[in-house]
Amino acid sequence: MIAFYGFVILVVLLVAWVIGKYNSLITLRNQVANGWKQIDVQLKRRHDLIPNLVNTVKGYMGFEQETLEKVIKARNAAVSATGVGNIAAKEGELSTALSRLFALAENYPTLKANENVKQLQEELSSTENKISFARQFYNDIATKFNIVQQVFPANFIAQLFGFQAAELFEVKEAAEREVPTVDLSLRK
Amino acid sequence: MAQLPPNIYEQQAANRRNTIIVMGVFTLFVGFLGFGVDAFVLGTEIPIATFIALCIGAGTAFWGLNNGAVSVLTSAGARPVPPEDPKYQQLRNVVDEMSIASGLPRPQLFVVPDQDPNAFATGKDPEHACIAVTEGLVERLNREELQAVVAHEMSHVRNYDTRMMTVVAALGGAVMLLSEFGLRATRFGGGRKKDRGGLGPIVLVLWLVAMILAPLITQLLSMAVSRQREYLADASGAELTRNPLALATALGKINAATEPTRSIKKGTAHLCIADPLGRAVNSKEGFVSDLFATHPPIGKRITLLKAMAYQHG
Repeated sequence: MIAFYGFVILVVLLVAWVIGKYNSLITLRNQVANGWKQIDVQLKRRHDLIPNLVNTVKGYMGFEQETLEKVIKARNAAVSATGVGNIAAKEGELSTALSRLFALAENYPTLKANENVKQLQEELSSTENKISFARQFYNDIATKFNIVQQVFPANFIAQLFGFQAAELFEVKEAAEREVPTVDLSLRK
Repeated sequence: MAQLPPNIYEQQAANRRNTIIVMGVFTLFVGFLGFGVDAFVLGTEIPIATFIALCIGAGTAFWGLNNGAVSVLTSAGARPVPPEDPKYQQLRNVVDEMSIASGLPRPQLFVVPDQDPNAFATGKDPEHACIAVTEGLVERLNREELQAVVAHEMSHVRNYDTRMMTVVAALGGAVMLLSEFGLRATRFGGGRKKDRGGLGPIVLVLWLVAMILAPLITQLLSMAVSRQREYLADASGAELTRNPLALATALGKINAATEPTRSIKKGTAHLCIADPLGRAVNSKEGFVSDLFATHPPIGKRITLLKAMAYQHG
């Protein structure tokens, strides 16, 4: 009789553990999905801001046509990109094009003094920050989700219910990952 | 003081526990006050005053938990940041950025009309968090430094430091008032007390000691609580921005502005990022400072942040 009760208690404990793990996996999966949405929201905001910015600066930087076109092109490519890896690559290109535009804008004092441009620039740099913070948060929560799935013995539950590891948002482009080389050797 | 800060989960648990302890002790203290009235003034067999006082104490404690933020903000003269004013656009943006980085809901944003740079956070949980900064802070700090200060405050919110400190701020003042009241009542009511045999004088002495010590204990508690948390909030704030140097320069600028932050009263000093009163005890190290300072020395905090920046490369 005691053995029977012991067995029942064990089964109940096991079921409770499985339910607990399953629920925490579900919670994490939703948090990961939400984290990804947050990145999306910020990316969309950036896409919306860019035509605005280009229209405002056009008058001042008419002859930098090429740079402006590159920004627009990169923006359109980013809008139509799909899949985590592809989006990351296209958004990276857009960031590069934008930073080139801002670097060039430094040469136009009247442009820099324009209140409208200043505000747009603040909005865009804030959006850039939000994108990277949203990525940082997404990667943190996705890593947590993956760890919970992979550690023993919870990995059995993850497999049983078909949980998939979340993909991390990585910088795919070699150019972005590369550390700038600094030459400090003394030349005579 | 060189020990490593505890991790965030321990910190959260400790804060929840300490909040309950503070509320409980406060309730008992008010109850004890009522007991004094029962014993020395009314002299009845049924402890009516004790019972009423316990109820009032518990009520006030819960009121403090839920409305502490409002009273803290009101006493500092904080007003909500106007949503369209371009002057605060950058501040609103960095707050949004930090709420994304920490994964917490966006806190309500307030500005204190004061030229001295300072900031504090309050609210019972991340859903009801409020961050207040002074006008001087917005004017003097650049974008990165402002972001670092907001990140520090968001860390206080995430660690539930704000809950603990708001309750202490809300109830601390009440303890001081009640203690004063209790001591006065003893003086007036002393002659009327009924004879309670041998126990009477002992109880009276205990009661007096509690009345005298209560404000001091409250003060020490709020100080010890806040000092420990500043290091952790610095560290986890830097983890959010991945930019410890910005917080180091921000603290340097806050420290360089020697004027005290006049809008912030003594009772809420422990909530701020840097001591608003500019007290000398806060810039020293050693036993006395460890006991009485509300903030760790800024020089030490800056050194730690710089070391962190060096490790990150």
